[in-house]
Amino acid sequence: MDDAIAVRDLLVDRGGRRVLNGISCTVPRGAVTGLLGPSGSGKTTFMRAVVGVQVVTGGTVTVLGQPAGSPALRHKVGYLTQAPSVYADLTVRENARYFAALHGRGRAEADQAISDVGLAQAATQLVGTLSGGQRSRASLACALVGEPELVILDEPTVGQDPVLRADLWARFHAMAAAGTTLLVSSHVMDEAARCDRLLLIREGRLIADDSPAAIRAAAGVDDLDEAFLRLIRAGATSGGNAS
Amino acid sequence: MNPRILAATTGRILRQLRHDRRTIALLVVVPSVLLTLVYFMYADQPAPPGQPSAFDRIALVMLGIFPFVIMFLVTSIAMLRERTSGTLERLLTTPLGKLDLLFGYGIAFGLAAAVQAAVAAGVAYWIFDLDTAGNSGLVIGIAVVDAVLGVALGLFCSAFARTEFQAVQFLPVVVVPQLLLCGLFVARDQMAGWLQALSDAFPLSYAIEALQEVGANAEPTGRMWRDVVVVLGAVVLALVLAAATLRRRSG
Repeated sequence: MDDAIAVRDLLVDRGGRRVLNGISCTVPRGAVTGLLGPSGSGKTTFMRAVVGVQVVTGGTVTVLGQPAGSPALRHKVGYLTQAPSVYADLTVRENARYFAALHGRGRAEADQAISDVGLAQAATQLVGTLSGGQRSRASLACALVGEPELVILDEPTVGQDPVLRADLWARFHAMAAAGTTLLVSSHVMDEAARCDRLLLIREGRLIADDSPAAIRAAAGVDDLDEAFLRLIRAGATSGGNAS
Repeated sequence: MNPRILAATTGRILRQLRHDRRTIALLVVVPSVLLTLVYFMYADQPAPPGQPSAFDRIALVMLGIFPFVIMFLVTSIAMLRERTSGTLERLLTTPLGKLDLLFGYGIAFGLAAAVQAAVAAGVAYWIFDLDTAGNSGLVIGIAVVDAVLGVALGLFCSAFARTEFQAVQFLPVVVVPQLLLCGLFVARDQMAGWLQALSDAFPLSYAIEALQEVGANAEPTGRMWRDVVVVLGAVVLALVLAAATLRRRSG
C-alpha cells in the first residue's frame, strides 16, 4: 500500500520568511507518526500544507493519493488546529453534532466522540465555560467525529493531565490499529517515544525521519531528548540535512 | 451546496443565537423602543393635507432600515469571529461548501430578522396606529429582504476586516451613505444629479422605495416588485463576491 502522505521538496513562505525549506518525507498508513520540533520550527505550517489550507511556494503534497486540499479529501481528513477551534457559545454536544452533520454522521457518533475524549460529563456545558484542557478535547472530539482516514492533530495533548494524556495516546493507537493514519505534533519529547515513527523538524528543515528505536540507535543514546540534541548538533556542524 | 450541510449550518447559527439571550432581547426590543421615540417626536406635528403623517412616513422606512443595519453589523462580527477563532479554517477542511456557510448565515439571520420585523411592525401598526395603504404582510416581507441584504453585504465586507475595530468601521463606510441617500432625509428626485446617480447605485434605495410603494398603494405595484427584484439581485451579487473572497488556502 502506498503512503498516506507523500511530501516532496515542500517550500513555504509566510510573512516574507521561509518557514519550510525543502521538506521531503512520507507518512505510512495505519500508524501514529509524531511531528516533533521546537516552537516555531514549522510544525503547524507543515500540517496546514497537508490539510490543504496553506499557500505553498513550491513542492508537492500528496494525501491519500490526491493533491492536498482536493475536494474528495475533505471527507477523509480530520484536522485539529492548535488553538481549539470550536464554537464557545455552543455546548460540547452541539459542537460535536454540528461537525458530525458536516461529515454525514448522526447524534450517536457525536456522543461517542465526546465520550472518547472523556467529556461525557461536560456534554451539555457551553464550551466557553470549559477549562483550557477540556476545550481542546472538545475540539479534538470535533476532529474525530467524522471517523476520518487521516487525522492531523496539532498539539492535541497540551494542557491535559497525565492520566488523560495516557488515555488519549491509547485512543490514538487503537485508531491506528483499526487502520487510521495519525500525524500528531508535539514539542514534548516524552510523547515522541509513544509514536510509531518520528519526523523531527527544526528551522523549517527535516533533521530526522525514522522510528524512535532507530533514532536512539543512530544517536547512540537511550534518551530521545538527548538523541535529538545530538542530531541537531550533528546537523548544525555538517550544515546538512540528515534525511 | 448540500441541503443537509446547509440545514446543519443554519441550525448551528440559530443555536448560537439562542444561547445569547441578551442579543435576542436587544434584537426584539430595540426597534420598538426607537419607534416609540419617533412616535413621540412627531406626536404634535400636524400632517400636511393629503399626505401621510411624518410618523407614518418615517416609521415605515425605519421598519426596513432596522433589520438592514442590525443584520449587517451582527453578520460582520459573526463572520469575523469565525475567522479569528479558527473555526472558519477548520470548516473549510470539511465537506462544507462556501455557499453552505454563506446561505446558512443568510437564512439564519433572515429568520431572526423576520421575528424582529414582525414584532416592530406589530408595535407600529397596533400601538402607534401606523397607516399604510398596502398590506402589513408585504411590509414585513420587504423588511426581511432588507435584512438579508444586510447579511449579504456583511458577509462580503467581513472579508476586508482583519479586526473587530475594522469590521465596525464598515458601518459608516457601507451603511451610512446608503441611509443618507435612500430618500428618507431628502426625496431622491430633489437631490443633485450626481447624488441621484449614487442613490440609484445603492441597493437600500430600492428597498426603501418598495416600502414607500406599499405605503402609498393598496395593491402591490409593478415598481414595488421591480424594487424587490433589484434588492434580491444585489443580495445574490454580494453573496457571489463573498464566496469569491472566501479562500480555502491562506498564507
